[in-house]
Amino acid sequence: MKLSGWGRHPVAECEVVRPRDPEALRQALAVTSADLIARGNGRAYGDSALNPARTIDMRGFDRILGFDSTTGQVIAEAGVLLADLIEVFLPRGWFPAVTPGTKFVSIGGAIASDVHGKNHHAHGSFGQFVDWIDVLGPDGVERRASRDENAELFAWTVGGMGLTGVILRAGVRLTRVETGWIRQTMLPAPDLATAMDLFERGQDATYSVGWIDCLATGRAMGRSLVMLGEHATLDELGEKERQDRWVQQPKRKKAVPLDFPSFALNSVSVRAFNTLYYANGRRQAGSALIDYDSYFYPLDAILEWNRIYGRKGFAQFQCVIPLAASMAGLTALLGAIARSGQGSFLAVLKRMGAQESRFSFPMEGYTLALDFPMRQDTPALFAELEAIAIDHGGRFYLAKDSLLTPERLRRSDGRTAAFTRMREASGADARFRSLQSERLRL
Amino acid sequence: MNKTVLVIGARSDIGIAVARAYAAKGYDVQLAARNAASLSADRQDLVTRHHVGVTLHEVDALDLASHKAFVDDLPVLPDVAVCAVGYMGEQARNETSLEEMSRVMRSNFEGPASLFSVLANRMVARRSGTLVGISSVAGERGRAANYVYGSAKAGFTAFLSGLRNRLAKDKTGVHVVTVLPGFVYTQMTQGMDLPAKLTAQPAELGTAIVKAVEKGKDVIYVRPVWQGIMLAIRNIPEFQFKKMSI
Repeated sequence: MKLSGWGRHPVAECEVVRPRDPEALRQALAVTSADLIARGNGRAYGDSALNPARTIDMRGFDRILGFDSTTGQVIAEAGVLLADLIEVFLPRGWFPAVTPGTKFVSIGGAIASDVHGKNHHAHGSFGQFVDWIDVLGPDGVERRASRDENAELFAWTVGGMGLTGVILRAGVRLTRVETGWIRQTMLPAPDLATAMDLFERGQDATYSVGWIDCLATGRAMGRSLVMLGEHATLDELGEKERQDRWVQQPKRKKAVPLDFPSFALNSVSVRAFNTLYYANGRRQAGSALIDYDSYFYPLDAILEWNRIYGRKGFAQFQCVIPLAASMAGLTALLGAIARSGQGSFLAVLKRMGAQESRFSFPMEGYTLALDFPMRQDTPALFAELEAIAIDHGGRFYLAKDSLLTPERLRRSDGRTAAFTRMREASGADARFRSLQSERLRL
Repeated sequence: MNKTVLVIGARSDIGIAVARAYAAKGYDVQLAARNAASLSADRQDLVTRHHVGVTLHEVDALDLASHKAFVDDLPVLPDVAVCAVGYMGEQARNETSLEEMSRVMRSNFEGPASLFSVLANRMVARRSGTLVGISSVAGERGRAANYVYGSAKAGFTAFLSGLRNRLAKDKTGVHVVTVLPGFVYTQMTQGMDLPAKLTAQPAELGTAIVKAVEKGKDVIYVRPVWQGIMLAIRNIPEFQFKKMSI
């Protein structure tokens, strides 16, 4: 069947199988000598979870196997979504310790991409809260891996993009919350320096994220709305929120009913939107109580929002620039983006904390993420942005990537050679491949 | 005390979806299938999500002689019993292998009918209960594409209709619901190119069945559009129908 990532580019004809238990998965592995890749809920943007010869749809592994209410550890199969965990455990007072900007990611995908969230500066990435994983290796053998047992396999699989084996299940820790509400503080920043200053001063906040206007130029370059957040305690709730402590009342979902024509998003419409959004944010500056869904997952409320970029799809550029070079790197990137006149509504700036890991994306510094509609000149723009990021010591998020080249990946990330050596040594390179791993020669 | 649902054919996508929908309503669940021990992950899932009691039961729909003992061994006679047993086979093989044809017919008709006969009589003795049979729109008219499967489902649909009539007429307190799901995304239909608007997710089916039982419905099509489609298909004159490929 035709398959793509969330960005709807590239699209590939893939042979898809959907096993429901480990035995069926082992059979799928044994039947073919071809290479394969596991796929979660298809939220990686590019070609990370596409393999024309065989893509394993892991959504059949959607069982929650246990929960320890003293430690907050949930045992879940790889195809369970964060949305499932929230549905089951938020009313019991638990929330994912790390969540990306969509709750429709699978546990397996979250581990393979070692996703991060608005609390990365304080708590690190998703992998920090994974106690163990069960991985089906290239030899068809299932292994438990943790920081103590098969520690190498664990270290490479967290952030390993599914290229070490198939993640079957995991023990993942949730965090205690008193309510499903977030106390948000919105801080407008008229330029990049102010935005970064707000992030640095907001280091004590549990959550911080910025929306950045990538089309603003001159003195307004980098103008942002920085949003800090804390889990609200029961005491902090007003009368209205208290009646819906765990945010159980369903909200109406909106859906994008059709593919937008490609001219719908242009620099005029985006510029107008951004100006309004910033002005509106300034008016709402200050503190407010927001339900977790609107705070963490504003875009999930618009089903299939990826269709606003039209049938040709879009690509997301996400890099992280080390702290010392962040100001210079971001300034150069914003300049290039503004000059291109492209760029999107959805540009996100975030301060990341320090992280040591084998192949995960995060490092201490600033990450910038934004979408571009897929056009003929998009690869050239990405090459330009990637060159700027590399010049400033930055690297790229493979869960978002669809356009990087093997050369630029290696220039940005010195860990790549060790990753490919590990794949050769374990035999994983012969069994586990995606269009992305082929493209990047991983 | 919780009410109880029995799901026969619990390994199927539809069976699991029904079990989940009932567990979400607070029902204890009896999962029955061949090699039932392999359903332990599903048992853990239902327990963790919904804090209900879940038991596993070995059953072989084709082994008629075992059906009474199977029902006797259940810890409690369920309030609702759902049969999601089904086997499509491949039409081409069903045409050439009599053994395979018989297996399809017995899996979709004889086996489920036998299980429901036993359960119906026990429920009548108790004077309460609901039997839910998952049949198929394929049973509404025999088509070249799958008439072996379709004829077996036609038999099951007629059986359910007759059983419902018998139990209602005698005011037994036992009700029968016939489910004609149309296309569903399951392992059985994996690889088929199904039209999205006509194709239900298993979870949709689970919710629809819980609702149909609550409301005491007789026959449900999960997506209403199927009612119109099947009405049209049933009414095509045979001299035309025999030349069509649908």
